[in-house]
Amino acid sequence: MRKQFTYKALRSAAIASAVAAAAMTGATAQAKDTIKVGVVSFLTGPAAGPFGVPGKNGAELIIDAINKGELPAPYNTKGFAGATMDPVYTDEAGGNSKQVAEYRNLVEKQNVDALIGYISSGSCMAMAPVAEELQKLTIMSVCGTPRLFEEKLRSVVFRTQGNAVGDSIAAARYMTEMFPDLKTYTGINQNYAWGQDSWKFYSLAMAKLDPASKASSNPQFPKIFSGQYSAEISTLSLDKAKVVHSSFWDGDIEAFVLQALVRGFFEDKKFVSVVGASAVDSLGKKFPKGVVMGTRGPYGLLTRFDRSRPLNNWFVDSYKARYGVYPTGPSYQYAKAVLYYKLGMDKAAAMAGKFPTQDEVVAALKGMEFESFGGSVKMALGGGHQAIHEVGYGITTWDKEKKAPSATDVKFYSAECINPPEGTLAADWLEQGMPGAKC
Amino acid sequence: MQLLITILLDGLTYASYLFIVSVGLTIVFGVLKILNVAHGAFYAWGAYASAYAITYASDMEYADWIGFVCIFLAAAAVGLVLGMIIERVILRHMYAQDEVLIALATFGIFLILEDVILLVFGVNPYFAYQPMALLGRIPVGGISRDVYSFTLMALACIVAFSCWWGLTRTKWGKLISVVIYDREISQAMGINVSMVYLIVFVIGAGLGALGGAYVAPTLSVAPGFGIDVIVLSFAVVVIGGMGSIPGALIGALMVGILRAVAVHKMPELELFVVFAVMAGVLIIRPEGLFAPAKARTI
Amino acid sequence: MLQILRSDKTVRWTLFGFFVLAIAGNFMPTWVQNNLMFGMARGLAVLGLMVLWRTGLISFGHALYFGIGAYAVALADKHFGVSDIFVRLILAMGAAGFVGLCLGFILRKYRSIFFAMLSLAFSMVLYGVLVKVEALGSTDGFSVSATSILGWTPESKYTLFCAIIVACATSACMVQYYLKTGLGALTTAIRDNELRVEYLGYSVAKAIHFKYIISAALAGASGAMMAMALGQVDPDSMVNWTVSGELVFITVMAGPGSVIAPFIGGVVFEFLRTYAFELAPHAWQLIVGGTLLAIIFFLPMGLWSLLERIWVRKGSSS
Repeated sequence: MRKQFTYKALRSAAIASAVAAAAMTGATAQAKDTIKVGVVSFLTGPAAGPFGVPGKNGAELIIDAINKGELPAPYNTKGFAGATMDPVYTDEAGGNSKQVAEYRNLVEKQNVDALIGYISSGSCMAMAPVAEELQKLTIMSVCGTPRLFEEKLRSVVFRTQGNAVGDSIAAARYMTEMFPDLKTYTGINQNYAWGQDSWKFYSLAMAKLDPASKASSNPQFPKIFSGQYSAEISTLSLDKAKVVHSSFWDGDIEAFVLQALVRGFFEDKKFVSVVGASAVDSLGKKFPKGVVMGTRGPYGLLTRFDRSRPLNNWFVDSYKARYGVYPTGPSYQYAKAVLYYKLGMDKAAAMAGKFPTQDEVVAALKGMEFESFGGSVKMALGGGHQAIHEVGYGITTWDKEKKAPSATDVKFYSAECINPPEGTLAADWLEQGMPGAKC
Repeated sequence: MQLLITILLDGLTYASYLFIVSVGLTIVFGVLKILNVAHGAFYAWGAYASAYAITYASDMEYADWIGFVCIFLAAAAVGLVLGMIIERVILRHMYAQDEVLIALATFGIFLILEDVILLVFGVNPYFAYQPMALLGRIPVGGISRDVYSFTLMALACIVAFSCWWGLTRTKWGKLISVVIYDREISQAMGINVSMVYLIVFVIGAGLGALGGAYVAPTLSVAPGFGIDVIVLSFAVVVIGGMGSIPGALIGALMVGILRAVAVHKMPELELFVVFAVMAGVLIIRPEGLFAPAKARTI
Repeated sequence: MLQILRSDKTVRWTLFGFFVLAIAGNFMPTWVQNNLMFGMARGLAVLGLMVLWRTGLISFGHALYFGIGAYAVALADKHFGVSDIFVRLILAMGAAGFVGLCLGFILRKYRSIFFAMLSLAFSMVLYGVLVKVEALGSTDGFSVSATSILGWTPESKYTLFCAIIVACATSACMVQYYLKTGLGALTTAIRDNELRVEYLGYSVAKAIHFKYIISAALAGASGAMMAMALGQVDPDSMVNWTVSGELVFITVMAGPGSVIAPFIGGVVFEFLRTYAFELAPHAWQLIVGGTLLAIIFFLPMGLWSLLERIWVRKGSSS
């Protein structure tokens, strides 16, 4: 009986593994009329509402339009190198290790042709080595840590969003121009790559632009998604520094603003928010006036009602019509990354004269300059993989006529004014006093 | 001096919040001997329900003070509905099991409830700032503070007093002590133990929900924020002694004030101190600082 | 020792099963290999938990050792460029085992819920340090470079897959040997009646301490393998209390029946999560939590008991 048992177990094991292997290895052949692309953004967790979902909506809107060939000219060709995109929307929540596992699943199980997305700098830093290992084209859309391309040059990873260096230098320039009397500053930033880098480059830039300025000795670095900042607000209030710099995003910026607002924090301090514009939209009239607000590029709050050009108008109008709200920063950033991918595919197809391979697409994407919604984008850094573009700041106010939040004193800084030239590390460039900056 | 007052008030605010959240956990452990991981889910549900109700009331343009009514209604509703369902449908069949296994089952309940929140309330955050904005601010120790956090301290005092009074001065409280002391004998004496369990669990769930409901106005209520609360309230309850209400009070005060000191003086240690104290107390006094006297059952 | 191992049915089955898996792995697509690697790696930590569970102890803090193992690999890689699989494993197991040895002196006096809580506290201390210290990567963690074997860096992951299988098979057999002999054989006796074990002249504290070190070292190896298979470490997916919860979940799901069970449990969990995540991104926790409850209610001895029942029925019918 025991022999029989062994035999039976063996047989069923063999059958099971054969069936599994057959089921799993088939069907990798790629039809040329559709491409499958993973679109990754926060669909759950605290960053979903303010960042992930608007980002996904932006991508969805423009993917549908490109598939139908409905974008305004000159982008009105149908599809991506003629192929229709079949997006796989995936959740970015759950920590870096889980994301790495998901990335592998998207590439090796779902056989995607490329990936677009990633909001958190933590995700981007974790995904880049995997993308390189698996050699899969990945276009990062939102994240901002400069380490992504400063630590290493990447072959298949691109980022269509300017990094924290530009955002921080622009903030420092804006503050020294608009509020030259406010010499002391402190900060509250999340304790990970994005928050640490934002604070580091803001203080470096302040030290160069206004040598008389002075950073506080006790800047705050709470854990991301902590949500309760009562004690931190007290610390910042007790600090003599007049300016408070923050790169808070996701739900944290809203929580911070709500808790600080009721304590009159924004009357005592000049608050500089690098990327808090999503809170301006979600809190609406409640959002304090007089906050220095950045949008990480020519979109959202600062440019909603100007920069009239066909692509921008189409995007704002169709987004509002489809989702009932105005697009926010992440919506533009995701749409921009999709647009970039389309342009790369089309260009590569034109050059190759056939449906392009990934290498041809990568070559086409490298160093590309293109017109996006609010302005032009140059893939100038990181060997042509990292975008630079203008960055603006303004001061929040409430537009009574339009019944919408808006900004005054909006100033934009050109890409060359706030980014180091190719080949120079941002920290070194700042140390040298930003030589060659074209403002 | 300014710094001292600020640290003290920050610590007390945080302690009050911790106390309200963990007192439900400690009561449930004391009576039912269940370490309830799903407590974090009650907290999240309370926050969601109250934020939803407050935003709704505000959209209907009711007066802002209605928000406070919403908070308590939401907490009661969550405690009653979820507490009842979970005790009757799941936990009731588990009392004979090992404590740790029950804790694991409540972990499963927690995971389920977390996702049901997503399905019911969606992924967008809720902002229910009206009650907090209504009360405004006062200057204390050189900086402005929100009045709302002072009402939180008051609420913590009320909760502590009611628990003490309810347990020591009412008939129900005495019944509960009897059941804690010896379940079998109380059953033999004709006490409806099953009913006592249900009521205690509903109260515990309701207190967890109240914690969430009351802090909801200060937060952006978004998915996933029950996770950190669980371990924090575990720390509080363990420090004070599992099952002890004065213990929870002391535990909350210790954790709250230590954390406030850390944030002001050494921000890197903010999380470390909480769990270091938890481990330290467990090592020196495993039963916690205020463990209730245990009945010998042999 | 060899003789005992050779005569043991479980050992033969384990070796045979792992061997088949290693061969079959070569024909599997990479994503299946990956999920198997993750499942096996986790299974190793679960094996350690199972040893503890058989004495009646459940640790809600083994993410501590899982994390120490993973971070040992990542930090050694970052600062000293260590990429060799043996060095990595030894470092991880050594670090985890050493911490286990130290904490064991305290923990061996604790039982049931207090044991669980104190373990939880220790693991959260590590978590609190990791997320706040920039030099340790804060919430981002680190990426881990590719693993090499004696100076050779293989092209495909299949080599690592085989290495993990070898490590898992070795550990499973050694644990089986341990459970059969000496102090290990006291495992269930301790759970049933500690006093009696003491009267027999054995030290319960020492026995538990030893088991605790074993489980710590296994969890360290498990974390190291996870770090190598994933190429990434971070506190939220490796040290937070939810990770400990998952490990205990797999332990209960797998059941204490056999040293193979943890690996089956680990693999089932990995696939369950992958598919739940793919089919219902908004409700995958619901599926995982529901499974946990269902197992506790309907399969208190875990998946292994289900397999046993099927085999026994098949065996008797034929």
